[in-house]
Amino acid sequence: MKKKRIISAKIVSAVILIAVVSGIISGCAGENRQVVNVFNWGEYISDSSGVINVIREFEAETGIKVNYTTYATNEELYSKLKSSGANYDVIIPSDYMIGRLIREDMLEKINFGNIPNFEYIMEEYKNLEFDPSGEYSVPYTWGTVVLIYNTEYITKPVDSWDILWDEDYKGKIIMFHNSRDAFGIALKKLGYSLNTTNISELEQAKEELLRQKDLLQGYYMDEIFNKMGGEEAWLAPYYAGDALTMIEDNPNLAAAYPKEGTNRFVDSMCIPKGAKNKENAEIFINFMSRPDIAAANSEYIGYSTPNSGAYELLDEEITSNETAYPDEEILANTEMFLNLPEDINIKIDELWTDIRGASSGSIFLFPVITGILVIACVIIIFIKKKKKTPQY
Amino acid sequence: MNVQKLLKKIFSSGYTGFIFLFLYAPIFILIIFSFNASKSKSVWAGFTLEWYGRLFQNEFIISAFRNTIILALVSSVLAAILGTAAAIGIYSLKKRPKAVMMNLTYLPILNPEIITGVSFMLLFAFIKLSPGFLTLLIAHISFSTPYVILNLMPKLRQLDRYQYEAALDLGCNPFQAFRKVIFPEIFPGILSGFLMAFTYSIDDFVISYFVTGPEMQTLPIAIYSMIRKQISPEINALSAIMFTVVLVMLILVNIKDIRETKKREIKY
Repeated sequence: MKKKRIISAKIVSAVILIAVVSGIISGCAGENRQVVNVFNWGEYISDSSGVINVIREFEAETGIKVNYTTYATNEELYSKLKSSGANYDVIIPSDYMIGRLIREDMLEKINFGNIPNFEYIMEEYKNLEFDPSGEYSVPYTWGTVVLIYNTEYITKPVDSWDILWDEDYKGKIIMFHNSRDAFGIALKKLGYSLNTTNISELEQAKEELLRQKDLLQGYYMDEIFNKMGGEEAWLAPYYAGDALTMIEDNPNLAAAYPKEGTNRFVDSMCIPKGAKNKENAEIFINFMSRPDIAAANSEYIGYSTPNSGAYELLDEEITSNETAYPDEEILANTEMFLNLPEDINIKIDELWTDIRGASSGSIFLFPVITGILVIACVIIIFIKKKKKTPQY
Repeated sequence: MNVQKLLKKIFSSGYTGFIFLFLYAPIFILIIFSFNASKSKSVWAGFTLEWYGRLFQNEFIISAFRNTIILALVSSVLAAILGTAAAIGIYSLKKRPKAVMMNLTYLPILNPEIITGVSFMLLFAFIKLSPGFLTLLIAHISFSTPYVILNLMPKLRQLDRYQYEAALDLGCNPFQAFRKVIFPEIFPGILSGFLMAFTYSIDDFVISYFVTGPEMQTLPIAIYSMIRKQISPEINALSAIMFTVVLVMLILVNIKDIRETKKREIKY
């Protein structure tokens, strides 16, 4: 019996050892192969379920191995670059983050000689405000923030951010769970710039958001898909490309552009400072800008493309969609996020914390809980002592 | 009297039912939506096996899963070896140093994960070790070793010291005595420590999040990065498969256990 157990244990450990060793060996085998380390948003490239499996196609055509990893927010990307010493070759941050990375000298200038496909990038997406000289970035996708609403329940006209403050829809409204987007909407509603550095305008936006808080079902990000799809909520702001996905799932939903104007974002490919495989990174960026690849990506992600060649290749149904490709008039009324001075960023974070914690009284929560714990400990010790004394 | 009994029965089984509902309802909903024809997790659009098919073609998810398993295996095997050596060492210490060492062992477990994660990141950045498989491995070994030690201590306490001494008397060298006498006795402890380390390593998000690099990404991090868009139902499919595998394994182990106890009962 026991012997059997030991033998089986030996077999198990042998199997594990083999698995481990083979894993390590296969991990090291490609050491001197050409590689490119790509760091992208999750679900942000056409994979095996898209038209083209972009990464596999790139590896097959160029022989360069792609190490592909993903992140969830611009801030996560920033902290990875800033403090972990990780070495990436291609990153795809959004507008304001590119501005910040340029200001902090964390990006490499791109050699456009290696990127002939840059000619396909539409003129209006070159030299944008966050990268005025256009030396650091190649646009990948763009989109806007739109109002998504359920046509079954929302009978009033949806043409203004005001509807997110409408008492009649109390409990059915969702707001962005991130400070920059939430403040952006409040500022636009008040008729201010998204990029204001005026403290009193920010304070007013905070008052607006506080007023809205009681009407909200909650602050959400990706859960908006399910809440809107399942008709738990009727009104929410979100990114245009994702609005189209939601409408596809639930045809009762529709998207609208508010008249006060909205935010337009651009996610661009950049090369971080000190990238070890800069040339491969440029080959990769050039590949991503090739019309068929850019079209496949745009179709998979659902966001709009800044690539004229890809635009031509896309279905008429997509390119004529007002939500994905709004007309000039609406676009003229959009604003891009810019990198704000550090003190304004801190101020927005503070105001956001105030809003999030305002009614729950969370300032007292921590000391109260600590107090209760301390009292509980004292009582327990006291009782234990009392019980012990009669024994002696 | 009878009514009272009935009520009692209803309440007790209702309570148990409720607890199980809370525990398992989320998992069942997750599994159900892995068969949903639409990407949505709230609107049912018909039955499909599409996500299972796509899962096996999706190299991104599969490689993240493979990374997670390889990392968990390597780190928990090494943690088991390291932890066993440490536990035996700690066990043979005098009372005072033993208490100190045990507290040092508890500390990483009590320490909030996020602090462990951040400090690992800073340490690796400081010694210029670029994040990748090695950093993940070091971090995982270090947070799972304490679990091995804690699992082994009770086993060591049950151990009969004199058996080891007897083995030495009868001509074993210390290593042989360890291998032939101590190891078989404490093996269940090592195994349970190893399994615990393995599960913690698969589960871990917070610490890995701070020490991953461009070469590899574990499954929890890959899933988290999907939140801006929408977590793909392929993940539901993968979770459903993992849940089923664990369930089947548990059932098999239990059946084996029941059979063994029956055999023993017959013997005695």
